[in-house]
Amino acid sequence: MISATDLRLTFGKGTPLENPALRGMSLTVNQGEFVTVIGSNGAGKSTFLNALAGEVIVDSGTIVVDNLNVTKLPTHKRAGRVARVFQDPLAGTCEGLSIEENLSLAIKRGQRRGLSTAVKRQYMEQFRESLSSLNLGLENRLGDKMGLLSGGQRQAVSLLMASLTPSAILLLDEHTAALDPKTGAFVLALTTKIIEEQKLTALMVTHSMKQALEVGSRTVMLHQGQVVFDIAGKDREGLEVKDLLELFETQRGLSVDDDSLLLS
Amino acid sequence: MLSDIALYGAIETGLIYGLVAFAIYISFRVLDFPDLTVDGSFPLGAAVAAVLIVDGWDPWLATGCAVLAGMAAGAVTAILNVKLKILNLLASILTMIALYSVNLRVMGRPNIALLGEDTVLTPWYSLDLPYHQVPVLLFVIVIFISLILLWRFMKSETGLAMRATGANPRMARAQGIATGAMIILGVAVSNGLVGLAGALFAQSQGAADVTMGVGVIVIGLASLIGGEAVITPSTVMRALIACVVGAIIYRLAIAFALNADFLGLQAQDLNLITAVLVTLAIVLPGIRSSVVSKFTRRKA
Repeated sequence: MISATDLRLTFGKGTPLENPALRGMSLTVNQGEFVTVIGSNGAGKSTFLNALAGEVIVDSGTIVVDNLNVTKLPTHKRAGRVARVFQDPLAGTCEGLSIEENLSLAIKRGQRRGLSTAVKRQYMEQFRESLSSLNLGLENRLGDKMGLLSGGQRQAVSLLMASLTPSAILLLDEHTAALDPKTGAFVLALTTKIIEEQKLTALMVTHSMKQALEVGSRTVMLHQGQVVFDIAGKDREGLEVKDLLELFETQRGLSVDDDSLLLS
Repeated sequence: MLSDIALYGAIETGLIYGLVAFAIYISFRVLDFPDLTVDGSFPLGAAVAAVLIVDGWDPWLATGCAVLAGMAAGAVTAILNVKLKILNLLASILTMIALYSVNLRVMGRPNIALLGEDTVLTPWYSLDLPYHQVPVLLFVIVIFISLILLWRFMKSETGLAMRATGANPRMARAQGIATGAMIILGVAVSNGLVGLAGALFAQSQGAADVTMGVGVIVIGLASLIGGEAVITPSTVMRALIACVVGAIIYRLAIAFALNADFLGLQAQDLNLITAVLVTLAIVLPGIRSSVVSKFTRRKA
C-alpha cells in the first residue's frame, strides 16, 4: 500500500518562473489496485510520479510505501519498493548492454550488488520464460545489444524488467505515449496482462481519457497539483469520456480546454 | 629501422601506458566522466613509490601505496563532482592542479633518482634474459593480471551497475544503484591504475619527476582511441585488449616517427606528434565511414 499525504512542491521558488507543481496532493493506493491517472498538461502528473519514485523530493507532505516513510529517501534507496517504466522507450534500458545484462541489472533491483558474476546461469530459465511471453522472439536473442531492438520491443522489455522482482508499486509514466498506435496497444495489453497475472499494485499516468477508463480499477484526475476526482467500482463502470468531462466541469466549474485530452 | 633496444623500449612504455588506457576506458567510456586527474595522479604514483623506495621500503609495497594514493586522488575528484556538484571536467582539473603542489610536497624536491635502488625490476634481472627484455616480461605479467581483474570486475554485479551508471544514470537509479557511489568507486579505481602506471614508469626509467604527468591524459586517450580503431570494442574484453594494443601501437608509432631520419623529427617534437596522432585517430574512422556511405549511396 502506498499513501501520499498533502504533498506540496514548488519549482523555482522565489524566482519569476515560480511554478507550484503539487498543491496539497493526497492519494492512497491499496494493495492490488490498478489506478489510472489523467490530467491536462501541467496538472502535476509527472511531478507526482517523480515524487513517488524519489527523482524529486517534495517540499512538504509525507509519502509512505509499505509502512516505510520514504519522503526524504533518494531514488536508489526506494527502488526496492518502487518499480518504474518511463515514457521514453530508450530511458528504461541501457542500449550498450545486452538484453541479458539489462535483465540481470533489473533482477537485483533494490538489493545489494556484490562481486559475483552479474549474468548468472540460474537466471536464464526465468529470462527465457518471461521473454517468450512477449512473443517477440527475444528469448533467442539474450546476448544481443539492447540498442538493436525497436522502441516498442525496448518498452516491452522495460516492462518485464520492472516486474522481474516484487515491488510495492509499479509506476507507469505515459509509457505508451511515445509509441505508434499499434505498438502502444501491444504494450498496453502486455501491461494489463502482467499486472493481472502478478497481482501488482500499479499507478499509470496516461494522456488519454479513453485509455484511463478502459484499463485499471480506479481513475484519478489531477488538476493544478491536486486530485479533482477519484472514481472506482460501480461509479466507474460504463463511464465514457464525455461523462468524465462533465464530472470535471461540475466538480471544478471549469471546462477542459486541452484538446489532446479530448482527441486521444 | 628500430633497433632491438628501441623496439623493446617502445613496448615497455606501451605496456605501462596500457594501464593508463585502462584508466581512461573506465572514466571516459564506462562512466562517461572526462577525468583529467590522471595528469596529476601519474606523477603522484611515481612520487609516492620513489620516496618510499629511497626510504628503504619493499618496492612492491611502495608500488601498492602508489596505487592507494592514486585512488585517493581519484576519489577527491569524484567527490568534488558528486557531493559538491562541480562539473566533472572542472573537478578533475582542480584536483590535477592541487596534485602538482602535493607531488612537490611528497618528494620534497622536483625529482628523485632511483639509480642503484632496489625496484620491482631488480630481482628479474637475475633471469637469463637480455637486459632490455626484462621490463617487458614483468609488465606483460602486470598488465595481464590487471586486464583479467578488470574484466572480471566489469562482469560482476557491481561492475555492471557501474556500466549502467555511465550509460543511463536515470535508469540506474531506478534499479536501485547508488550512482554517486559508483562514480566515486570508478574514478578511484581508474586513478589507482594511473598511480600504478606512474610507479612502474618511475622504476623503469630510474627517476620520478613532477613534470612527468604532463600530457598523460592525451597519451591515454590516443591509446584508447587508436586501439578502438583497430579492435572494435563490442565487448568489455575486446575494449580492454584494444587499450593495450592501442598503447603499444602508439609508442611504436612514436618510436618509428622519431627514428625515421627522412622525417627529420627529434625528441622535442614528441608532443606535436602525439597531438597529430590523436587527431588522426579521432578523424580517420569518421572520414572512412563518410567515404563508405557516399559510395553505398551511389550504388543504391
